Amino acid sequence: MEHSSPKSPHPDTLAVHAGQSPDPTTGARAVPIYQSAGFVLPDTDTAAALFNMEIPGHVYSRLSNPTVAVFEERMAALEGGAAALATASGQAALVLAVLTLMGKGGHVVASASLYGGSHNLLAYTLPRLGIETTFVPARDPGAWHEAIRPETRLLFGETVGNPSVDVLDVPTIGAIAREHGIAFLVDATVTTPYLGRALDMGAHLVMHSATKFLSGHGTVIGGVLVDGGRFDWDASGRYPTLAEPYEGFHGMVFTEESPVTAFALRARREGLRDFGACLAPMSAFQILQGIETLPLRMPRHVATTRAVAAFLAGHPAVERVHHPDVPTHPDHGLAKRLYPLGASAILSFEIAGGRDAGRKLIESLSLFSHLANIGDAKSLVIHPASTTHFRMDEQALAKAGIGAGTVRLSIGLEHPDDLLEDLSRALRASRK
Amino acid sequence: MRIIAQGYPAYAFTGGVPWDATLPAVLLLHGAAMDHSAWQWQSRYLAHHGFAVIAPDLPGHGRSPGAPRETVEGLADWAADLLAALGRERAFVAGHSLGSLVALELAMRHPGRVSGLVLAGTSVPMPVGEAFLAAAKDDSPAAHAMQSIWGHARLSPLAASAVPGASLVNASRRLLERATSGVQHAGLAACNDWAPDPSRLDALAVPVTVIAGRYDQMTPPRAGEALAKRIPGARFVLVDAGHTMLSEAPREVLAAMRAAFAGAPA
Repeated sequence: MEHSSPKSPHPDTLAVHAGQSPDPTTGARAVPIYQSAGFVLPDTDTAAALFNMEIPGHVYSRLSNPTVAVFEERMAALEGGAAALATASGQAALVLAVLTLMGKGGHVVASASLYGGSHNLLAYTLPRLGIETTFVPARDPGAWHEAIRPETRLLFGETVGNPSVDVLDVPTIGAIAREHGIAFLVDATVTTPYLGRALDMGAHLVMHSATKFLSGHGTVIGGVLVDGGRFDWDASGRYPTLAEPYEGFHGMVFTEESPVTAFALRARREGLRDFGACLAPMSAFQILQGIETLPLRMPRHVATTRAVAAFLAGHPAVERVHHPDVPTHPDHGLAKRLYPLGASAILSFEIAGGRDAGRKLIESLSLFSHLANIGDAKSLVIHPASTTHFRMDEQALAKAGIGAGTVRLSIGLEHPDDLLEDLSRALRASRK
Repeated sequence: MRIIAQGYPAYAFTGGVPWDATLPAVLLLHGAAMDHSAWQWQSRYLAHHGFAVIAPDLPGHGRSPGAPRETVEGLADWAADLLAALGRERAFVAGHSLGSLVALELAMRHPGRVSGLVLAGTSVPMPVGEAFLAAAKDDSPAAHAMQSIWGHARLSPLAASAVPGASLVNASRRLLERATSGVQHAGLAACNDWAPDPSRLDALAVPVTVIAGRYDQMTPPRAGEALAKRIPGARFVLVDAGHTMLSEAPREVLAAMRAAFAGAPA
């Protein structure tokens, strides 16, 4: 028998409204910026109850803030998660996820094609704290499977790898995670919940650099971590930080307190409290301004990216274009299945003539800005091997799908014809 | 804490502190297909403010094994046995939704065991729609969607949450998805089938507080108000929330509970 679910608000409506009621005091319709470090405690009993998590509410903006909470709740709604935490940056979200789930002796299995900053953290910094990472080819489920050890606490990958633009098979890796009882964190920065919801595909946790398409205008640094609420931390047996008493909070057992939001509770009550990488209210406001138009911006970003990919694929100065919308891309079929609306607005390509031609191209572009970011309203260009991924050796670069002549583009909201003309002129210059 | 009730182990949350048998007891009963965490924002507070809190997972729910009970009467007998197993003669009892019916039946069936009642998100009778029951019977995801969406104020998905950073509708849905096969249907059917003789309500000899949500789509506030009028001396408290007022208006619900339990003989 067919059963129909009651209607829920559409993503476009959630992007504008979720998490915010008109301000009860002033009637303000826009999200007010509560630029306040602390919040008045009406009496000593309420103060003690708030500190001891007996009642919910705001105490101090490192732990929670009303403006930041709107962003968190909007992201939980858009991703279909149970709860979310805003962080000072996308990097802070990744650190928060890792350290909430493990300490010394913990192990991560991560896709080899990661943003350079995430690779740095996992390959060089976390080993200093006794947390090791095994990097595996994103497209090889067997390698993920084989890399899992008794002390593995997290599987991690990007929905669409940056800058190689390969597509992570989230349902397949999610099934491996379920089979082993290990949490699966997905960085969905480049797809955003508009192009696909990783939690619905099998991820347990989702993170974003909100600096990118969510805020959308290159004006703010921020991150967010969403707790899907589906993972059974008790049954897994791998997560004493969530399933056993925590001395740092009066012996609280987070899975007892709330089986579905145990991760978010500890991440806030320990991670934001002790590591302190919270988001500023002004930044949350700017990100929210961006999210309101996410469903309008993403189709335009994607459509122009397709036009640029097609143009580059047919250009004699270009050896290869990496974007899943290009039919020869190895993930073309997977991308169509997981991201029917489009698989991101970043693409990379190999220019004929290697590093030297790449340098000439970048220096000849005028509309594309040469800078280390993606997901801006303005189109951006960078040479990963010498910038975002410069700490990686040639072998690691090759694993991440980056060559000496790889150029990465982030396609903005300019008119496509103007972008093509700029590229055309610069490609000509690269051959001189 | 683990307790043996009716010969079966049951799990109960004690609010983050060890069970103290010398304090007045508060029994918190959750609704259909939920677990003790429905009372997250009341149990911990009461346990730190002079009460011995016992928030069980009903049989077959959360961490309590066994088959779900199919009737409100069966659950009331189970709750009475739970209190007996704890060596508690009496307790304040608060129930939400299905739990409110169990609390009421417990007070009528085992009057000596209840010191006071708080009934939140309640209605007597509590009819459940055919489509909802049919979806739950098939363990359909639609039944989780119905309970989580109708279980909150209509605008809840778009409004600020009382719990910073949480999507209350999604969190509630994730909890429902954890229920094993048949559990949600057993709870809803128990609600739908319970038809007490109205005259039994007259015999209630304990203080009763009824808490209703102004935006409750499942047990409308007028039903709660009617029940409060029907029970001699009952207090009626209206809060700005939907059916899941325990998390939608946690502080207001807690205030009503504190008022209900203050000064009453334990």
